[in-house]
Amino acid sequence: MRILHLLLAALLFAMPAKAEEIVLGLSQDEVAITATFEGSHILIFGAIKRDGTETIDGDLGVIITVSGPKTPITVRRKERKYGIWVNADAVEVDAAPSFYAVATSGPMEEVLKEVEDLRHSVTMSKAIRSVGAKVEGSESFTEALIRIRSDAGLYSTFIGTVDLEEDTLFRTSIDLPSNITEGNYETRIFLTRGGVVIDEYETIIPVEKVGIERWLYRMAQDNAILYGLLSLAIAIAAGWGASAAFAALRR
Amino acid sequence: MLIYLPIAEVSVNAFLLLGLGGIVGVLSGMFGVGGGFLMTPLLFFIGIPPAVAVATEANQIVASSFSGVLAHLRRKTVDIKMGLVLQAGGLMGSGLGILVFNYLKALGQVDLLVKIFYVVFLGAIGSLMFVESINTLRHSSKGRTPAKRRKHNWVHNLPFKMKFRVSGLYISVIPPLLVGMAVGVLAAIMGVGGGFIMVPAMIYLLGMPTKVVVGTSLFQIIFVTAFTTMLHATTNHTVDIALALLLLIGGVIGAQIGTRIGVKLRAEQLRILLAIMVLAVCVKLSFDLLLTPSELFVLGAAGGH
Repeated sequence: MRILHLLLAALLFAMPAKAEEIVLGLSQDEVAITATFEGSHILIFGAIKRDGTETIDGDLGVIITVSGPKTPITVRRKERKYGIWVNADAVEVDAAPSFYAVATSGPMEEVLKEVEDLRHSVTMSKAIRSVGAKVEGSESFTEALIRIRSDAGLYSTFIGTVDLEEDTLFRTSIDLPSNITEGNYETRIFLTRGGVVIDEYETIIPVEKVGIERWLYRMAQDNAILYGLLSLAIAIAAGWGASAAFAALRR
Repeated sequence: MLIYLPIAEVSVNAFLLLGLGGIVGVLSGMFGVGGGFLMTPLLFFIGIPPAVAVATEANQIVASSFSGVLAHLRRKTVDIKMGLVLQAGGLMGSGLGILVFNYLKALGQVDLLVKIFYVVFLGAIGSLMFVESINTLRHSSKGRTPAKRRKHNWVHNLPFKMKFRVSGLYISVIPPLLVGMAVGVLAAIMGVGGGFIMVPAMIYLLGMPTKVVVGTSLFQIIFVTAFTTMLHATTNHTVDIALALLLLIGGVIGAQIGTRIGVKLRAEQLRILLAIMVLAVCVKLSFDLLLTPSELFVLGAAGGH
């Protein structure tokens, strides 16, 4: 009898804390940037594992975010002074991702509560951090950052593009444009019920230059003098080549 | 055909770059300018980061000027001696220019000062050149011999005279040194090669024949831009060799064509076209300052100016 109790206790202890859990799959676990890289897309799919103890309060939602490496950025605003446009105020954004995509299984207000958004920094405006902004109306600067990067295809929000089947299987496809930079792309999947996050899964998708791209990049960083001389040698050779070719044509 | 640039970290159309390089190369061969002032905004426009655009373009200009100089050397329209004197002045000038630039930067609003300076400067040079060339052209078309530009002024009474055979000048080395230096200062402050300031200066201040000016200007641009390329490559690592290669293939071919067009034109015609180009850049820059921009915000690397 005592043994049975112990076994039961061990079983309870070994059980996952969450009643509903994410199981994830990716179509590719890294992205290679080659010389002819024209962008790529990653298929993110998975399932929701249940242990039967879950309580159903509110609808199920899935939110997926993919974020490029974060770097500090200065946003400047132009202003008209004495009839000419000059750079006036500037706001330093502490960490802005080079790429950011959010995909949801339904309207944002239904799948994620504002307070949960703040806690997990899910939507674009929450993912960009700008503490210590001294200029009045600094929100307009972060808005401008989002607008400019959205126009460049780097920031995007896809509402309702995560397919959620039978409240169990989900999948979405995230497009990576051709102007993405190298780095570790942080991918997060949130499972929500009634707008409250009940499980979170994180994984990293490395985006790397390969082949000649990688070789040239490394050389420019590690052997700068050699790289500079190589650039000049190519320039001189090309200049001479064109001149010689045209001279030969004239004869 | 899209190519991913390893340093710029963007994908661009290879044929577009070949074409851009070609157009700028033609101008370079025709007028003896590097074409950086034209290429920079074009590269910004297709999405190349500014730092990479400026550095890479210097490398491309090395190629197109070298190509152009070889074509001019064959026609014996390069005054190497004059080029070297201008170069010596230019090196001193860039050193001085960097000091001035840092001083202005400490004062703040350096970009604005540079732009206003630029607009005034280009406007003045362009207009003067345009009027002068039109007058010369009108006189000669009426059948009269063109009024010879003043060949003897105070400049010719200075010491340290030197013979510049190709230019047909026997003048003191002081004026070319000063001209080279002035252009060097301006080039360092404005971040351009200075070809389109050098060319009018050689024609009007030194009295060099227009045909020789183009080749000589290209000759000294090679050294300036080669130096700039090395500087950017070693300090900022922003020279994109793939971008440069695409641009310079177009550039070297363009420079050969430009040189051929240039020698077919009369000196006055060449000067009018150059004046129009200088004025066009001036108008473009003043528009940037005066018109309401479509996007009021700009992004920049943190800490940079």
